[in-house]
Amino acid sequence: MTILVLLLEFLKIGAFAFGGAYGAIPLIREAVLSNGWMDEAQLMNLLGISESTPGPIMVNAATMTGFGQAGIIGAAVATLGVILPSFLIMLVIPRLQKKWSGHRVIRLAMRGIKPCLAGVICATGIHLAIELLSVQNADVGFDALALVLLCILGLFSFGWKKYRRKLVSPIVLIVVAAVLGMCVF
Amino acid sequence: MGILPELFFSFARIGAFTFGGGYAMLSLLEHECVEKKQWLTTDEMAEVTVIAESTPGPIAINCATYTGLKQAGMKGALTATLGMVLPSFLVLLLISAFLQNAMTITVVAKALKGIRVAVVLLILRAGINMLRSILKKTPDKKAALIFFGIFLTLTLCSLLLAWRIPTILMILASGAMGYALFSRKGAAK
Repeated sequence: MTILVLLLEFLKIGAFAFGGAYGAIPLIREAVLSNGWMDEAQLMNLLGISESTPGPIMVNAATMTGFGQAGIIGAAVATLGVILPSFLIMLVIPRLQKKWSGHRVIRLAMRGIKPCLAGVICATGIHLAIELLSVQNADVGFDALALVLLCILGLFSFGWKKYRRKLVSPIVLIVVAAVLGMCVF
Repeated sequence: MGILPELFFSFARIGAFTFGGGYAMLSLLEHECVEKKQWLTTDEMAEVTVIAESTPGPIAINCATYTGLKQAGMKGALTATLGMVLPSFLVLLLISAFLQNAMTITVVAKALKGIRVAVVLLILRAGINMLRSILKKTPDKKAALIFFGIFLTLTLCSLLLAWRIPTILMILASGAMGYALFSRKGAAK
């Protein structure tokens, strides 16, 4: 039963995750929370590990979630689910459509979907930031150390972009955060 | 080496050594498939990128499946896709198997707590960068900003006030709205 749910949930993620891995994050979040597979902290661990390991991020997240629920078979089923829609699309589309980029309906729909996704991703980020910073039992009512770390990393990321003229890669940011986390917490 | 093993190892190598997901892989995939092996032409690679961006799912899978299909049919598509997925699958199995125990080590738990902060920052950054790149490309900035605002607000309500609007519904709605709005605008011109 769990296997079937894993397959269906990750098929759904694979079929609706537009715009790469970040577009998949709100969907992954819904799937793991609504099925009770993880809480918010575990979800963020999952995302952190998926981003700091090689390979497609969605595949990494699927493997890890599947393994947590049903071992190796669960991992295989979830991974299959997340890649199957893309696989099938690539078998069909290039034959149907010689010039896909000219497809009018898709092009127009994407002009709605892309800004929508940017909004959904920003809102998810804001929500996760609130979740991250709100700790019930702290004296000040929120997790001050996490806020400090967030500011330091934000400055680091901003400064890197300013002086090196490109975005700091996720893996560098994650390694820096891990080291700082060991020192601060 | 036959074409099947060659496909498998090319994609497995990229899958095993590229950090940062599909977008980070695109330049490596282009180097391997277009320049080194000449499996795809530059035009085909551009076409794959456009299809990958306007269809759901992992971008790396789109590229692997297409290249495999073109070089060796269905068998090629399966082999290349398997090559792309297998390394990360094995790495994540290994990590998952040891994570529960590792979490009990204080240093690991602290590092993960730090990583969670980075994840929040990365997600926020991805959302903002996505909006900026849309605004740079779109002919209609105002409409894009309105779409962004509507779905930012809806998602925040959904998350903070527990409205529970499924993300899939918002994606479908925004696609339908985009089509309805922009197809009419196009006709008016």
